[in-house]
Amino acid sequence: MKLNKLLILVVIVAVAVAAFFALNKADKEETVAEKSDDKVKVGFVFVGPVGDGGWTYEHNQGRLAVEKHFGDRVETIYQESVPEGADSERVMTQMAAQGADLIFTTSFGYMDPTINVAKKFPKVKFEHATGYKQADNVSVYSARFYEGRAVQGHIAGKMTKTNKIGYIGSFPIPEVIRGINSAYIHAKKANPNVEFNVVWAYTWFDPAKEADAAKALIEQGADVILQHTDSTAPQAAAQEAGNVITFGQASDMAEYGPMPRVSSIIDNWAPYYIARTQAVLDGTWESVNTWDGIGAGMVGIGEISSAVPADVKAEAIALRDALASGEYHAFTGPINKQDGSAWLAEGETADDGTLAGMNFYVEGLKGSIPQ
Amino acid sequence: MIRFEKRLAPSRTTTILTPIIAVILTMIAGGIMFAALGKDPFEAIRIIFWDPLFDENFASYSRPQLLVKAGPLILIAIGLSVGFKAGIWNIGAEGQYIMGAIFGAAAALAVYPAESPFIFPAMIIAGAFGGWLWAMIPAVLRTKFKTNEILVSLMLVYVAESILASVAQGLLKNPDGYGFPGSRNLQQYPSAFNGEVIANSGMHWGVISAFIAVIFTYVMMTRHIRGFEVRLMGEAPKAAQFAGVSTTRLIVFCLGFSGALAGLAGMFEVAGPAGQITIDFNSGYGFTAIIVAFLGRLHPVGILLAGLLMALTYIGGELAQLMLGLPGASIQLFQGMLLLFLLATDMFTNYRIRLGAAQ
Repeated sequence: MKLNKLLILVVIVAVAVAAFFALNKADKEETVAEKSDDKVKVGFVFVGPVGDGGWTYEHNQGRLAVEKHFGDRVETIYQESVPEGADSERVMTQMAAQGADLIFTTSFGYMDPTINVAKKFPKVKFEHATGYKQADNVSVYSARFYEGRAVQGHIAGKMTKTNKIGYIGSFPIPEVIRGINSAYIHAKKANPNVEFNVVWAYTWFDPAKEADAAKALIEQGADVILQHTDSTAPQAAAQEAGNVITFGQASDMAEYGPMPRVSSIIDNWAPYYIARTQAVLDGTWESVNTWDGIGAGMVGIGEISSAVPADVKAEAIALRDALASGEYHAFTGPINKQDGSAWLAEGETADDGTLAGMNFYVEGLKGSIPQ
Repeated sequence: MIRFEKRLAPSRTTTILTPIIAVILTMIAGGIMFAALGKDPFEAIRIIFWDPLFDENFASYSRPQLLVKAGPLILIAIGLSVGFKAGIWNIGAEGQYIMGAIFGAAAALAVYPAESPFIFPAMIIAGAFGGWLWAMIPAVLRTKFKTNEILVSLMLVYVAESILASVAQGLLKNPDGYGFPGSRNLQQYPSAFNGEVIANSGMHWGVISAFIAVIFTYVMMTRHIRGFEVRLMGEAPKAAQFAGVSTTRLIVFCLGFSGALAGLAGMFEVAGPAGQITIDFNSGYGFTAIIVAFLGRLHPVGILLAGLLMALTYIGGELAQLMLGLPGASIQLFQGMLLLFLLATDMFTNYRIRLGAAQ
């Protein structure tokens, strides 16, 4: 009898729980009260911790810049280390329900959740970083990091003594492949003997894995380590090994200069975040697709350290300025694909569509892109 | 002098009381931490435990979300609890969860874009099979070669993660995805979509399955011979052998059962809340479920409540981060405290405090 009683209890608890959760007003979107004050609330969804020293750190710097620029006219909220997928969708919904007017979702994996939540909150503006799905209230934005990779590749090609350059890739997606290609093309131009060795870490941020990858590359003879992952672990590994140079990724990572960090690619989101917040304040916000590079200031080249000879530094700066002014494109023909087929003819430059979906290596790179 | 004296039998009252005491202790210690961070501790605790359920702005959204978050935790934890009772340690539910999701999604994507009422049931079977299959590896290795199932099942999580990364970029990659990794979104595939059964309730089929699993396991453990064998094996392995319980069969059963439920959880997640297979699809449910299983004292009803409590700390924790600007790490610390206090107070179910000198 005791069993039956308990069983009934289980059923009652289950039903009660279900009933409690089913008790819902259908007007969940409408509970977003129209705010009486005109303060704009800006939300940020971060994939890593704000102290990662790389990707998320720079997005958070952008957030702080928005706060500083607008002072009392805006309020920012953020959530860090949000897993991609269903969790991010909940976080975005809660931000919107809390009255955010503008939400920046700063990782590729937030793409579909952003679109889903944007549908439920048509009045809230969304900005998704590095994705390709737009909607009436969803803009996409990204930076032409490959321009920075060109400068990096040039310095790497000039500086390497072993002619072996190690590259820590995160995931084999167009964004990363573009960077490898751009760095390779310019390293090769500076030094025809260079070889690239790409290791895939399958993570954006995992200091232990990144350190392992860097150590493996160094053991194989690489004296330049390029990284498309966000932690400073490869810098530390290079420092330990000595005579190996690195570049700051996403953030300046200046604490590792002048050696091993000789320069860096810095994501500077502040101008964009300020401009978009301003647009919401002015009521002029509309859905756009932004892809800015060095010229617009979204990509910065960190200070080239004293470890780099003056002539190489001058060449690198000239390259940076040519990319910034638009007189030179990082993908200018003749360039063949890895299999030898022609891609860009002499003087031809790559179109944004091909670059956005880039899924091939250029001629000379060894190995294949994992499928 | 204070000393601990072993109880003759675990105290029933303390078994029920200690989780409540642990929650209260967590609130106190967490409150001190929040105060040290310069936030109002009462407000923080209220936001974590009260607002997701009753705040008028959030509750209508976060209550259903609580079920969405708790569903897979309960489903996995229920499966694990059976093995844990028998002393069979499946630590690799995360891997079985991933494989269930891959199998389930693959079953749907194989016939995309055909619409049929048989697709969803086929996905359920495929998902359970995927998880079961992955759990059979440690089961077979344990029964045939006496390997340690803790190590094997745990290591297979990393294998499953690699398979996940591979299929997200290869086999199951969305052909219309511009070369980006990730499968088609099953939310936009009506026959495969694991939507809400009751609108705005958060009740998708995974949550319903979790409730069914709770009841099923409860009956099995109390009524069925299999439940008796499991308990006997856990409490007195020698006696179990004398009673003719087949260790091999029990190991295969316990690992298979927990694997299948974890696989189901993964399948329901990928077909519903997550929508697609991505490189980072798994977010730790398989590991958190181990905590939920112990938090619920390996009892089905306890696990149901523990799963809901765990989900509450996640969702409430997120709210607290948003509303008070608390750092993410402080919320993890808060959850860690909950576990610590649970384990610490657990001692009182088996021991009692005696004041005075030893006799």
